[in-house]
Formats: sequence, structure tokens, C-alpha cells
Amino acid sequence: MKQKNLELAVGLFVALGLAAFFMLAIKVSDLSSLGNDEGYRVTAHFENIGGLKARAPVTLGGVRVGRVVGIGLDPQSYEAVVTMSIDPKYDRLPTDSSASILTSGLLGEQYVGLEPGGMDSYLKEGGTLKLTQSALVLEKLIGRVFTNMASGESAPPKTP
Amino acid sequence: MMASLAELGRFALDRLARLGRANLFLLQLLRALSFLFRRPGLLVKQLHAVGVLSLPIILVSGLFVGMVLGLQGYANLVDFGATSSLGTVVALSLIRELGPVLTALLYAGRAGSALTAEIGLMRATEQLASMQMMAVDPFPRVLAPRFLAGCIAVPLLTGIFTAVGILGGYLVAVVQLGVDGGSFWAQMQAKVQLLADVGNGVLIKSTVFGLVANWIALFEGYQAQPTSEGVSLATTRTVVDTSLAVLGLDFLLTALMFGEW
Repeated sequence: MKQKNLELAVGLFVALGLAAFFMLAIKVSDLSSLGNDEGYRVTAHFENIGGLKARAPVTLGGVRVGRVVGIGLDPQSYEAVVTMSIDPKYDRLPTDSSASILTSGLLGEQYVGLEPGGMDSYLKEGGTLKLTQSALVLEKLIGRVFTNMASGESAPPKTP
Repeated sequence: MMASLAELGRFALDRLARLGRANLFLLQLLRALSFLFRRPGLLVKQLHAVGVLSLPIILVSGLFVGMVLGLQGYANLVDFGATSSLGTVVALSLIRELGPVLTALLYAGRAGSALTAEIGLMRATEQLASMQMMAVDPFPRVLAPRFLAGCIAVPLLTGIFTAVGILGGYLVAVVQLGVDGGSFWAQMQAKVQLLADVGNGVLIKSTVFGLVANWIALFEGYQAQPTSEGVSLATTRTVVDTSLAVLGLDFLLTALMFGEW
């Protein structure tokens, strides 16, 4: 009986240790399995998603309404396809709502921000958001500022 | 002058001889391990002593270390609006450094000292000598099960410590401070790599620390002077030497594993 209890305790200990490693592998590191939400799925095509990651929040007016569950590439249009899972509580999003990729703070993570539209029909499972705005890529922005500055400098001598 | 020089020489030779004895002791231990395939029951008893009974302190310290990391990380990250990286900070510091090192230090205090005292007293009360009188080798029966059990227990305890610590960080960050739970896990998963971080940090480091901690503990007990004073001295030395060895080795391993970053 004594030996039995001892073995039981040790068995529990080893199982706990293995479970901890399992959690470190599945939950903490990059081996995560996706898709255990019960929300409805909506997709949106973006030209550029910047640094958006799976499981990033989807917000409407700053309130989290769902999260990104998958990121893929459309092989025809070469656009990024972002699949979002929206909480079934928020089932009255107009079909012409728009999605944009925003950054929380200057260095924060990126998330999807929704803007509600005005249509009477609502988004359902498998719906698509047509109006999208890509992520702001800082390098491109700086590049554009520089080209503007360069053209601005070279422009005045031509005018007189 | 000559006398003090001779003293230094004796000290150095003493240390060297001790190191040699420790290595021979480890060899003997490793050679005795195969006996455990025939008597796994011995292993179970020791796993209970060093593993199961160390669980409370590991669970509680892991939880609190994780919670403190969550609080401190939040206090620093909130200025930059980067609280969503809190998960990464907590997980990486626990997985790479704090989990293996703190578990090894706690193990040395909780189980290593007990091992030394047990073996030292067995020697002081001549239990080991009487086993040898009966032609029973104490290595396979007494020392090897304790050694192997310790080497199995430390990585498992490290895994538990790290997992509980991350849960503690989650508790403080998400439940108490209101960091978004999704980005807490998402950023963590994006930054923590299975092999480079969990494999190197938790698995390899803790295996090395477990080997060293148990080796030192058993050797100190086996070498202890057979007096009450000698046993107490050996117990102290186990904790001090293990802590120093673990911290030194940790620096070495970190430099090898993560040095190029």
C-alpha cells in the first residue's frame, strides 16, 4: 500500500513535469495550434499587412471584438488575406465596414481596426471586408517624404 | 615565508586531489547506474524524496517570481506603450535564465542539502561500511538511485517552475493589470522559439544543472568527515558550491547558446 502511494505520487509528479513541457511547447512557443475560437470568420484582403501577427486583436472603436486567426497570401492577386474571428456577440457589423491595420503606440504591436459602414445587411460566417487600408510601412513613408523634399528643392529654380 | 608558500602548495594540491576524487566518484556513479534497470523500485523512492517533496517550494516560488516579473515588466513597458510585449519579457526571462537557475538553487537548498546530510550520516554511523562488510556495494544501491532520481527530477521541476511562472505573469498582467490576453500570448509565441529557447534554456541548462547539483551533493556527503561537525560542514558546502557552480555554468552556457545575439 505504501509503495503504491509512492508510485502514484511519483507518477503524478512526472506527469505534471511533462505537462509543463507540453505547455511550454504548445502555448508558449511557436508551435501553437490555431482555431479554437467559436466566433464567425471574416476575411479581408490587404496590400500590405506590415507586422500583423496571427492572434492580434481586432477592434471596433477601440473595443476588442475578435482576433486575427490566420494570415495567408492570395496566389492570384498577391494580396495578403487576413482571416479574423469575430465574437458572435457583435453580429451586427454592416457588410460595407472597412478594415485597416493600425499600430498601438509608436512601437506597439499592430492590430486590425474596423470602421462600421451604413448598409442594412450584416457580416456573416465567411464574409469578406471589401474596403481595406494597408499597414503604414515606416520605410516607405520616410522614402516618400524624402522624394517630396528632393522634388520640392529642385522645383523652385525651374519656376522663374 | 617558505612556510606560507608550502601552505599554498598544500592547498592547491588538496584542491586538485579533491577534484580528482570527485571525478572518480562520478565515474563510479555512472558505472553503477545500470543496476537500476534491475531494481527500478529504488528509483521511485528517491524520485519521491527529491522530486515530489520539492514540488511545493518550486510551485510557490515559480508563481511569485512570475508575478513579480509581470509587475516589474509592466511598470517599465507601460511608459513605451509596449505592454503587449510583457508576455515575451516574462516568458523569455523565465525560459532562458530564471527557470533553470532558480530551480537549481532551490533544489540545492531543498534536496541537495538533504542528500548530503543523509549520505554523510550514513557514513558517520558506519552504515556504508557495514554494507561493504556484507559485500554489498553502496554505489548501485544507495548512491546511484539518488543520483539518477535527482537528474530526472531537476529538468521536470524546471519545466514546472517555468510554466507556473508564466501563468503567474499572466495572472498579474492580464487579470490584474488589464494587458490584452491575446497579445500577451501572441507576442510570446511569436518571439519564443521551441528549440532555441525552450530546448536550450529549459532542457539543456536544467539537465546540466541537475547533474552538477546531484554530483556535488552526493560527493560532499560521501566525503564528509564522519562527525556531526563534518556533516554540517559538508551540507553547507553543498549549498554554497552548487550555487556557485550553477551560476558560473549558467554564464558559460548562456555565452555559448545566446552569445552571438
